[in-house]
Amino acid sequence: MSFIRLESNADGIVELIFDQPGKDVNVMGDEYAEAMPKALDELESMGEGLTGIYIRSGKPGQFFAGGDITMMLEMDLHPTREARSDMLEGIMQAKAPLRRLEALGVPVVVGINGPALGGGFEIALACHHRIALDTPKVKIGLPEAMLGLMPGAGGVVRLVRLLGMQDAVGLISQGKQLTADKALARGMIHDLAASEEEMASKAKDWIKANPSARQPWEESGYTLPGGEPSDPATQGLTYFGPVNVMVQTWGNMPAQQVIMAAVIDTARVEYDTAHMIEARYFQTLLLDQVARNMMTTFFVQMNAMDAGASRPGGIEKSAVKKLGILGAGVMGAGIAFNAAKFGIDVVLKDVTLENADKGKAYARDACEKSRSIDAEKALEILGRIHPTASVNDLADCDLIIEAVFEDRQVKAAVTEETEAVLADTAVFASNTSALPITELAHASGRPENFIGMHFFSPAERMPLVEIITGELTSDEALARAFDLAQQLGKKPIVVKDAPGFFTTRVIGQTITQGQRMLAEGVNPALIENGARFNGSPMGPLETLDSISLETAYHAANQQKADAEAVGEPSDPGPESEVIRVMVEDVNRLGQAAGAGFYDYDEKGKKIATWPGLRDLFAKEGYVNLPFQDIQDRLLFPQVLEAIRILEEGVIGSVGDGNIGSIMGIGFPPHTGGVYQCVNAYGVQAFTQRAKELATQYGEVFEPPQLLLEMAARGKDFV
Amino acid sequence: MSNDAYIYDAIRTPRGKGKPGGGLYEVKPIDLVTNLLEEMKSRHGLDTTQVTDFICATGEPVNEQGQNIAKTALVYSSWDDITVGAQLHRYCAGGLDAVNTVAMKVMSGVESLGLAGGVESMSRLGMGASGAAAGDAWVAMKSYGISQGLGADLLAQLDGFDRKDVDRYAAQSQARAARARDNGYFDQSIVPVRDINGVTVLDHDQLIRPTTEEGLAQLKPSFTTFNEYGHGDFLKFKYPEVETVTCIHTPGNSSGVVDGASLVLIGNKQAGDEQGLKPRARIRTCALTGTEPTIMLAGPAPASQKALQQAGMKRDDIDLFELNEAFAAVVLRFQQLMDIPDDKINVNGGAIAMGHPIGATGAMILGTVLDELERRDLNTALVTLCAGGGIGIATIIERV
Repeated sequence: MSFIRLESNADGIVELIFDQPGKDVNVMGDEYAEAMPKALDELESMGEGLTGIYIRSGKPGQFFAGGDITMMLEMDLHPTREARSDMLEGIMQAKAPLRRLEALGVPVVVGINGPALGGGFEIALACHHRIALDTPKVKIGLPEAMLGLMPGAGGVVRLVRLLGMQDAVGLISQGKQLTADKALARGMIHDLAASEEEMASKAKDWIKANPSARQPWEESGYTLPGGEPSDPATQGLTYFGPVNVMVQTWGNMPAQQVIMAAVIDTARVEYDTAHMIEARYFQTLLLDQVARNMMTTFFVQMNAMDAGASRPGGIEKSAVKKLGILGAGVMGAGIAFNAAKFGIDVVLKDVTLENADKGKAYARDACEKSRSIDAEKALEILGRIHPTASVNDLADCDLIIEAVFEDRQVKAAVTEETEAVLADTAVFASNTSALPITELAHASGRPENFIGMHFFSPAERMPLVEIITGELTSDEALARAFDLAQQLGKKPIVVKDAPGFFTTRVIGQTITQGQRMLAEGVNPALIENGARFNGSPMGPLETLDSISLETAYHAANQQKADAEAVGEPSDPGPESEVIRVMVEDVNRLGQAAGAGFYDYDEKGKKIATWPGLRDLFAKEGYVNLPFQDIQDRLLFPQVLEAIRILEEGVIGSVGDGNIGSIMGIGFPPHTGGVYQCVNAYGVQAFTQRAKELATQYGEVFEPPQLLLEMAARGKDFV
Repeated sequence: MSNDAYIYDAIRTPRGKGKPGGGLYEVKPIDLVTNLLEEMKSRHGLDTTQVTDFICATGEPVNEQGQNIAKTALVYSSWDDITVGAQLHRYCAGGLDAVNTVAMKVMSGVESLGLAGGVESMSRLGMGASGAAAGDAWVAMKSYGISQGLGADLLAQLDGFDRKDVDRYAAQSQARAARARDNGYFDQSIVPVRDINGVTVLDHDQLIRPTTEEGLAQLKPSFTTFNEYGHGDFLKFKYPEVETVTCIHTPGNSSGVVDGASLVLIGNKQAGDEQGLKPRARIRTCALTGTEPTIMLAGPAPASQKALQQAGMKRDDIDLFELNEAFAAVVLRFQQLMDIPDDKINVNGGAIAMGHPIGATGAMILGTVLDELERRDLNTALVTLCAGGGIGIATIIERV
């Protein structure tokens, strides 16, 4: 058995079939690189007898997956100049067979029977005619950018020439994956087929009807769709495009820069040179740390997570049929909508039917706003949500998510009330961002079934669920909570019960530093821009505004009261004084109140930081800190806290921490997450920098023991 | 033998509005140059065989301003074949850089008499006509360039100047230029542009217009589009202390878009004597320097300080300062940093009132300030401009 089979028909049409031995999907790695040129040799030797080629996959429902990520991750990141030269040659060699294929002089048609992503679609682009099965399983696109890469097998050159720079740059830089009908509408494929048989027959008909097929850009009179780079019509893209790449990524995503440049640069030159230019840009990403970070976290670790690395083994996969949700506020309603969208029946309970109905109304609004949900689908989704005020309606739910107020007493009351009607096997999951699960489980008669599931707001959009096991939580309960999270299309990370769990504890650090710097008299613009340049979606002050300063104020007061109640000295820190001043003295309570650290317009859109901050916190003028220090003070304490959490055994998986930090709390994605960013920085260099920061900015920057040990042993977080 | 470089004359065309319908729109850029070449020759009865080189700056060296417009103009004119030429591009500093370059040739002793100047037909070759290396996507992403006008807005904001400040300055520029024109201060230098039959096409600066601060306040800022479409954030890579930029520069307080050309005759003492020329001023020194390129416009003060230091002079040794009015904020910043009183800088207005024909401006304002030194019987002047990429240029002249 070989990677590529060639099957000749009587009419001179050869079927080229990809069927990589020992794999469920075909990938573009070393084996492909070896097999494809040989197949071309053979095809070229057929001479006049060859009338056309039909390319397809031998894997049922799987066309071709793309590049071999594992192989790319193993490449030396800092090769010698000579090795880099060899590498470039290797890239060009890998591209060559596709160039030979399209120039064979016979029509080449591809039949796409499943996902054709990355390398898979690049193969398809080298064909003269592309047909895809009209099923939702077919996904077409060039998603390399999502892993910090770009297409390197001619995908940029060919898509630009096929669709023009504007369309191509959008599809490639956003890594869009399209269904067959959408790909057809965008001009990425030419035809649809209802079955593999129809696809084959359409392919052969096309070959017979188009004996002299060539790529459109090799026809005489071809012009680049949308205009050449020198054409005034493309100035919007060529002038503002690069700037927008920079400002949208804050310069943190090399792949986005390289794609923009490659799209424009390859459009300026003749075809073979364009392939050379694409190869050079592609190579920069093979040697790019950010790409390594993203491949590690979003491919290797994400696959492990999806496969259940943090799920207890030996427990059969479960699926929730009926989900009970307690509390129909924004969180409960969001989860209800999310569950119903994924086909789960939901009982949405609140204290009054009116409240529960409001929760359903939230789902109705969400359906109306969603472009992917039509009226019929909306009816189906809403039909699955059953609002109620009666606890008895929860009786046959197999899992309950409690999403009431963050108040121990209220949570205890609903736990007892609900368990009374539930089956003994039902899992009870409390949605909380910080309350201890073991303690909440005291209200439960079956704490082994009690677990924490921390959803993020808005629950229907945020991709992460933080699962928290209490002291007595069983593996069975954990497995079922994990399975539910996946059923909801979410990424579950698993942590042990400890104050703040993982995500709340980590993000708390950057918010605290933001306030501390403000209290020290640092220009708030530098604080906020520091976070954005780090790659965070928003600055710490903006984050706190969106949470509400009032909430933070009450939480701080509660903490103080709790500490004093048990006779512990209370050390509120400069950050609580910032909050106190904002709330008590100037009554700026946050975004919802229309005024916080920022000014907001009538629509609640932020304008800029409130100029009054200067009078409050920098009366003598702003304090000058190096911008790098500001950036590091926002990033490092999150990482150091995450390392402490790992050290304490609260989180068990580096991958969970990486993915959780990015998807839950907006940790900069280009870093690969809280742990991977240390590897990228260099464990020793990171430790050294933490020590420097500790000297200047306090003990929160002291490297934890675990980090010191890893630095000493030169080990990465994996 | 002294190799001092003397300015024997500095002439210019009037400046026409730089758009179709403007006073010089119908005139080819090369004719702007040859009008001046013929005037320079005839005014002084020059033996052109004694003039070695002509450095001519332009901001858009393409198409009819393309390749080497200096030599092309010489060939097309009545000048001797022995005089050669070269085109020079140093963005807005080109015209003055041409002067400095020819002066340095003379100072070196290698050449004895040369021409410097510039030409720009902005009506026929708009800004950007020649493309730009900086416009390359990859280069742009690594260089943090923003719209120059937004750079001026940023400069004003960082220095604490607001809309009122820049409009006040703009109104003053207009008033001074109008007064100077009405009193004939420019007459000696302006050479009317004539057509192929010798008929005058334009004989006065076209852009000067009656202006009030109130009127200026009505104008819309010019660079909001850049601010809103990415440049307002891009500049944070260099200025992270900025949250938002307030746009204050308008067509009223920025340099005008115009057509025009300038020409300066520079030589050593002996060459001037041989031709019976009387030196008007000596070029004491000149300086170039680079500053932060995103804001781009902060070069004049450091370049001026460098020139002063080279000349062993202090600020107070300069009688008149002539700083190109690229944007009002550029002048306000320079004045603030160098602590220069209003009545010593741009005393006859500048590019806000009369326009900034990119490559021609530097040599043009050199002539303007020299005329004024003579009129006031003062001694020294410093000419300076900001230019693309953060370039600053300065030249110090003194009358002899």
